[in-house]
Amino acid sequence: MLRNCAIAFALWNREGKADMELKDLISHTGEWLKGSGPSSGTVMSTRVRLARNFAQTPFPNRASKKQRQDILESVEKAITKIEYFKDSTVFRMNDLDDVDKEFLVERHLMSHEHAATSEGKAVIVSAEEVLSVMVNEEDHLRIQVMHSGLNLFEAWKIISTIDDRLSEELNFAFSPVWGYLTSCPTNTGTAMRGSVMLHLPALVMTKQINKVLTAISKLNFASRGFYGEGTQAIGNFYQISNQGSLGHSEEDILQNINGLIRQVIEQEEQARQALVVQNKPLLEDKIFRSLGILKNAYIMSSQEAVELLSMIRLGAELKILTNLDVQILNELMIMIQPAHLQKIDGNRLSPAARDIKRANLIRKKLGEVV
Amino acid sequence: MRCDECGKKKATVHLTELVDGQISELHLCEECAKEKSVQMEQQFGLADLLAGLSDFTKTSAAVNSETQTKVESCANCGMTYADFKKHGRLGCSECYSHFRGKLTSLLKKIHGANNHSGKAPKVLAAPVESAQPVSSDADALKKQLQQAVLCEDYERAAELRDRIRAMEQGG
Repeated sequence: MLRNCAIAFALWNREGKADMELKDLISHTGEWLKGSGPSSGTVMSTRVRLARNFAQTPFPNRASKKQRQDILESVEKAITKIEYFKDSTVFRMNDLDDVDKEFLVERHLMSHEHAATSEGKAVIVSAEEVLSVMVNEEDHLRIQVMHSGLNLFEAWKIISTIDDRLSEELNFAFSPVWGYLTSCPTNTGTAMRGSVMLHLPALVMTKQINKVLTAISKLNFASRGFYGEGTQAIGNFYQISNQGSLGHSEEDILQNINGLIRQVIEQEEQARQALVVQNKPLLEDKIFRSLGILKNAYIMSSQEAVELLSMIRLGAELKILTNLDVQILNELMIMIQPAHLQKIDGNRLSPAARDIKRANLIRKKLGEVV
Repeated sequence: MRCDECGKKKATVHLTELVDGQISELHLCEECAKEKSVQMEQQFGLADLLAGLSDFTKTSAAVNSETQTKVESCANCGMTYADFKKHGRLGCSECYSHFRGKLTSLLKKIHGANNHSGKAPKVLAAPVESAQPVSSDADALKKQLQQAVLCEDYERAAELRDRIRAMEQGG
């Protein structure tokens, strides 16, 4: 196992390897996009992340170049000893251009902030894209595990095991009173955030979404858009996560999120039923028009695409559209993004050119199935 | 979503504020956000929010301690509390023990709690100084009380005062 990793790193250092690895990712789908798992009719995916830091070493924003490089080296060495990382790849920011970095952001493997500066920064990605570790982002380590469907406890089991193994190899900053010490005090304690990506078209259509979001924020949970922190809800996707990280155990925090998510799912399901009962022809019209545009358009912005994809997803989830596999819709959500279109094409593309490529891709993908 | 300020442009900056346990949200477009804060860049919101949280209502005594906290810096990484207030990020794990007094109340305000009850590393690193006073000696506690008053950490000061009182009555 150890040797495998050594080989992977050796290959990695050869020119062109980074690009080859990124291209490999295009042809394959992350586990979290499988469209399966509990409550997959409304829940797209689950994510749990942990922030960890080395004791005493300055946090990345205050560390010198050399210190950041040393951290990266220690992490690379540690993961060769951990079974879970045996088929993972290390992407160093220094080896990647802007489009490559954006590509990794679009796949939810790292943050926008991580793409901004390069020195000593890397992201480690496991074969199925279940696990990713950002090195030297805001904290020395940001570990995340993603799963399809509502799977908080399964994701926690995996990430906690990985964290235990890492803590045997690395000196994590921890205080018995305050828990894991992080660069930003909003993460101190468990340094854990659990998030669930929900598709809530019926709550949006019945204009109940704001009521739900207000309740969520009152309960000290945060809601974000599909593309993470600072993004607006797009295509009726909402990511809901915990805010506080100190004072409750990880299991309790996850239990709370899980309970909240179940209530939101119930609200969404009731709203969907209401839409079907009240005006099914109108709903069918919206869904089939969306499908018609997606299958026939020659120019399409990402905004329009995501909105229409949300409608046909609702069609698939309500079994109004049969033969439509949600996994294909998930893949499309990722592939229609700017960096993905450019990596698939192999060239830099202007926004106008991307709108054409996007429409082509969607026509082709949906033409094969519906 | 439209900007809360001008009501015209698309809101791209989202600020969540926690005041007395109540969350309020502010959604601004880039321009209005810039007008609202000259220093606003990527750190907008968080740094302001943390600065707001860690500041107590200014009293005349605050002027003295303000000068004191500005020169006070972490022995391990050199971070000052003023730096932290500006950027909203601490410098290293040792900052936690260095700015213990101020962080105790800040963490309480952010999380509504002050004690970790989750998991711990399999192998513990050299422990960061405990956030609770280790010494049971009344003199040491008095010194900490003095420090807490200087730092305007009244919550901790009250806690220390009660402990000293209990200790003196008991002894």
